[in-house]
Amino acid sequence: MRTVADLGIGDHGFISGFTDEKLSLKLLEMGCLPGTEVILTHHAPFGDPIAIKVSGYTLSMRREEAATILINHK
Amino acid sequence: MAKIPKIALIGNPNAGKSSLFNTLTGLRQKTGNFPGVTMDKLTGIWELGPKNQIEILDLPGIYSIYPKSIDEELVINILGNPAHPDYPDMAIVVADASNLKRNLLLFSQVRDLGIPTVLALNMIDVAENEGYVINSIKLARELSVEVAEVNAKKGIGVNGLKLSVQKTLENRFASNDGLPLPVSDELITEIQSAFGEVDPYRCLLWLMEHDRMKMFTKAQCAALDQIMVKHSFEPKKYKSAETVKRYEFLTEVVDRCVINLNRQWDAPPVKTWTDRLDKLFLHPVGGYLFFLAILFVMFQAVFTWATYPMDAIDAGVALLNDWLKGILPESTFRGLLTDGLIAGIGGVLIFIPQIAFLFFFISMLEETGYMSRVMFIMDKLMRRFGLNGKSVVPLLSSVACAVPAIMSTRSIGSRKDRLITILVTPLMSCSARLPIYTVLIALVVPEKNTLFGLFNLQGLVLFILYLLGFFMALFSAYIMKLILKAKEKSYFIMELPTYKGPRFKHVSYTILNNVKAFVFEAGKVIVAISIILWVLASYGPGNSMEDATSRIKIQNPNLSGVELSNKIAGEKLENSYAGHFGKFIEPAIRPLGYDWKIGIALITSFAAREVFVGTMSTIYSLGGEIDNENATIKNRMRAEINPQTGKPMYDMALGFSLLIFYAFAMQCMSTLATTYRETKSWKYPLIQFGYMTALAYLSAFLVYQTLS
Repeated sequence: MRTVADLGIGDHGFISGFTDEKLSLKLLEMGCLPGTEVILTHHAPFGDPIAIKVSGYTLSMRREEAATILINHK
Repeated sequence: MAKIPKIALIGNPNAGKSSLFNTLTGLRQKTGNFPGVTMDKLTGIWELGPKNQIEILDLPGIYSIYPKSIDEELVINILGNPAHPDYPDMAIVVADASNLKRNLLLFSQVRDLGIPTVLALNMIDVAENEGYVINSIKLARELSVEVAEVNAKKGIGVNGLKLSVQKTLENRFASNDGLPLPVSDELITEIQSAFGEVDPYRCLLWLMEHDRMKMFTKAQCAALDQIMVKHSFEPKKYKSAETVKRYEFLTEVVDRCVINLNRQWDAPPVKTWTDRLDKLFLHPVGGYLFFLAILFVMFQAVFTWATYPMDAIDAGVALLNDWLKGILPESTFRGLLTDGLIAGIGGVLIFIPQIAFLFFFISMLEETGYMSRVMFIMDKLMRRFGLNGKSVVPLLSSVACAVPAIMSTRSIGSRKDRLITILVTPLMSCSARLPIYTVLIALVVPEKNTLFGLFNLQGLVLFILYLLGFFMALFSAYIMKLILKAKEKSYFIMELPTYKGPRFKHVSYTILNNVKAFVFEAGKVIVAISIILWVLASYGPGNSMEDATSRIKIQNPNLSGVELSNKIAGEKLENSYAGHFGKFIEPAIRPLGYDWKIGIALITSFAAREVFVGTMSTIYSLGGEIDNENATIKNRMRAEINPQTGKPMYDMALGFSLLIFYAFAMQCMSTLATTYRETKSWKYPLIQFGYMTALAYLSAFLVYQTLS
């Protein structure tokens, strides 16, 4: 399964689900809804955390958190 | 007088809530004790018209009604509890129009609680620049709510907001969609019959969040837990499903009320300033260099530029003291007023320039949105030491003062990360240590240039002391990371807001509030200790003071004038209460190279380390050698002779031993009290005091024994 953590800079995908129930609420509230497009825009130095564009703004998260967001190409 | 209506300001972080608050209330604000960076609640008065006042309550920025960190808990504790003294008559939800859907999520939750609500649409100009046109009249109809378009920063749209608020206050109309997702009627009835007839959504809030709400007793929490089990209600599942459901509805509403011009014209997405700046600030190398440059300017300001106003304050206080000494007759009262009280107040005022500069920089970094970039690039590094990217703000603010720094840890979601940050924050060298550093460095480090004349040796030592504090904080955090157990995983899901020009009004409020809080909070302690110290140093048990005078007169029959009175003063100090205290702890501090005079300073500066320099000047001016105009505290200490070796008392070994001691020791009552308040347990302030004192004692011991 591909996750947001697998994206390279500039890559995009569509959210298809979550693997961590506790994090998923926070992510949903922040606008990471199933079907929404995400684009990876930045890596922090050492590759972690990452920043993604979602629902029209920039959201940062750690790599391990990004790995709980499943994506697919539509 | 009629009761003033209360309005709560609610909104996402960075939606412009604080701007609106400042626009509406101006200087009529009542602040909590350390506002600004700390996200406490603020209240202020909004004058709708003559004789028509409204109390505005500014709550911390949140994304959803369900709290994820301690600062966010405040919101449900007020909005969820109608019996709360701050429970509002209505709410204004401030929404960032350029990110409307996510902002409306919170709006729909607040409204469903049954609170009459007005929607204030902010940053419409930003949305339009990005190609979005919002039909706010349609939006108002779709959501059945009063919508007001405002520009909070420029203060445009306030009259429209007034009308909406007045209308809503008169109708007391709360358009309520009931429950976002149906649950069994029995569940709601059961909660309502036990806890009161309230809106169903509020019942669910109570059911799901009672652990975080102070209104419930332990028995009530147990009862709610039981109801949850009985109906096999799963809060996590419900909240997630609720959020998805709300977004489904809001997506439809936004699609109907917002026109996306980019899509219509098929234009490529605009490249914003934020994208361009992030290329630089988040660059793997450039990002760090830029942050270091900012830190450099910040320290330059605090340590170089701030010295001018500080010298002026110092001179002013000295002038006042000399003037008072000139016009008042010699008396106990004059001594207490000049050497005790005014010297103490001067010791507080002198910190104002540094605190002001520090908070200027910190609030500028937060205002512009750069601070979250710092958290972003520092997170990985900080995580290795058991901290968190968000720990950067407390660590940085504690260069000014650990009290607001510890309070700003509330935004750290993980309990373990927050606790470690609180425990190590006081190791950062705060501004109260600076005068100690300055005096001692000037005594023991020669004033010359090193490294091809690039650096001043004294400045270098000062810089190293700051680094030492920072690295010791990291090291201690690492040890605590190994010891402390984590119940929950830490997370770092955080918005990177768009860059904005700073609102200078907001910056100046932050500076003003922090300086005010420092002067009054810390000032009380310092002034009190100065007075107590003066009393303790001027009086002794029984007749010891009179005996000291006659003893010296008999021992030195040939002396007279200034020399005699100095000898008497010295003997008096040694026999005063303070002298006895110092002598009492002398055996314990001998291994560090300290004598009883330093012992007095250690005891008095236990409550607040900034008292050290004041104490030293009191001690040496009472028992001083010379008493002319040039006899500054530095010169007096330099002239002090070690009675055992006959050499100067303040040599390298003693100087560095003291410097290290003050760098690590937990000598601040206010910090300990804040740690207690923030952790709600005496355990953590005790741990903090214990480990820092041990660290200070051992390091000072090692330094003294190596150097001497």
